[in-house]
Amino acid sequence: MTIPAADSGDTVIDVQNLVSCYGDHTVLDDVSLQVRKGEIMVIMGGSGSGKSTLLRNLLGLHRPAGGVVRLFGRDINRLSGREWTALRKKTGVAFQGGALFNSMTVGENVCMPLREHTRLDRNTMRIMSRMKLEVVNLAGFEHLMPSQLSGGMLKRAALARALVMDPDLLFFDEPSAGLDPVAAADLDDLILRIRDAMRVTVVVVTHELDSAFKIADRITVLDNGRILMTGTVEEVRGSDIPRIRNLLTRTCEDQPVDADDYLRRLTGSMD
Amino acid sequence: MPRLKSVSQRMHDMQLTALRSFSERLGRRVSSGVEDFGYGALLLGESLFWLLLGRWWQQPVRLQALFSEMMDIGVLAIPVLSILGFANGAMMAMQGIYTLREFGAESQVINGLATAVTREFGVLIAGIVVAGRSGSAIAARIGTMQMAQEIDALRVMGVAPVRYLVSPILLAFLVMMPMLTVLSDAMAIIGGGLICMLELHISFGAYLDGVWASLVPADVWQGLAKSLLFGVLIALVATSNGFNASKGAEGLGKATTRSVVLCISAIVVADMVFTFFLIL
Repeated sequence: MTIPAADSGDTVIDVQNLVSCYGDHTVLDDVSLQVRKGEIMVIMGGSGSGKSTLLRNLLGLHRPAGGVVRLFGRDINRLSGREWTALRKKTGVAFQGGALFNSMTVGENVCMPLREHTRLDRNTMRIMSRMKLEVVNLAGFEHLMPSQLSGGMLKRAALARALVMDPDLLFFDEPSAGLDPVAAADLDDLILRIRDAMRVTVVVVTHELDSAFKIADRITVLDNGRILMTGTVEEVRGSDIPRIRNLLTRTCEDQPVDADDYLRRLTGSMD
Repeated sequence: MPRLKSVSQRMHDMQLTALRSFSERLGRRVSSGVEDFGYGALLLGESLFWLLLGRWWQQPVRLQALFSEMMDIGVLAIPVLSILGFANGAMMAMQGIYTLREFGAESQVINGLATAVTREFGVLIAGIVVAGRSGSAIAARIGTMQMAQEIDALRVMGVAPVRYLVSPILLAFLVMMPMLTVLSDAMAIIGGGLICMLELHISFGAYLDGVWASLVPADVWQGLAKSLLFGVLIALVATSNGFNASKGAEGLGKATTRSVVLCISAIVVADMVFTFFLIL
């Protein structure tokens, strides 16, 4: 594994020795990660591997217990409110369930960042949001409410909202979760197209292997709150780390059973 | 080799455990109560900050959001509040006439009714109606947004959730609660007047003259000041319950119920404290 150049002009995301806890439970332990400009980085891992927590840390929604997260060279936990807002205008986030505002139409949802951060007039905003809906193949759906959309459409609408400010950095949480294979493949193509068209750096969090291998420039594999490896698709495919092989071949983990430990768990807190 | 304990030793242990778990639960309750209180105070501070300085911070509180909250909180509460206010006044007049009849002083009911309604019961009924309608609706709305990650979406978009969601609600309460209180007062006085016309055989005009004669501006001001306090309390309790709703439909239901119960309790207790300091 090669360590990428630590040149901040080229590195969009720089995570150093990140430790993150919920209460007493350590979810991420000593995670370091760099994302270079213009690449698609896939953060992959099973349920409970800490990938969602890593994303929440990258988005500044969860304060780390230790370590540094830098976006565009700035330590995000030392930003003032205004600097944060400025930085957030340059990033777009598509959440797993879409997280569209249920009380607004799809069009209003996509317009929302424009309305909050720009002084454009109504018609310009409408045209810009329609352009982004066109990009995600949702043209003509702007008058529907989010509850009227299918799962795949919700994710694409969320993507349109994430793109409407023309961000330099795009986060996508579980693009293929809960979608049928065709819709998931469509979304993968869409992510690739958007990266090529808008030259945006993309971070995708997923547990889907096919999707990860299809879109990734590099993959980071998380397991139990630690990074197993970071590498290109070929490097991950050719890895001989047992946990990664298990993930690739969908083998269950053999958990060694300690008889004493087992008995202690069953009879726990009795005397 | 298991340790054998005498029966009395076991009983003693159990009592100790029970005592310990009781004191632990009590301590948790108290500390979570203090935490809720602090959370509410922070929420108040932050939403006032956005209301006053938001425009300068490029995070203005939108007029459109304010009007839509005013509609939900205030205008749509008018029908039910009118009915309850009317019933409130009528009921107080009936009780007053019944009690005062023993002294042969039925006509004094006008005096008592006018002051009690404007100082106390008009604003209390308005507060309870609004707490029941909006206290639950706001908690449910924000709780749903919290669970669907909409709050996170606001935050990563660079929109402060408190500015976007809480500030308009707070301001809407501050504007609408006094107006609703005036409505509630007026309806109660009309309701009481109807009973007085029937029971005391006086004209409505004479009744109103009696009301005007016994009221001083301070009575009305006292009710209006309380209405502002109630508005702030309902806004903070409802929004903080929404933000702290935990996962799932059950959590949402709990947050909604808790919000209404706490709103009404907060209103009644605050009313007592406020009145104590004002009158005694």
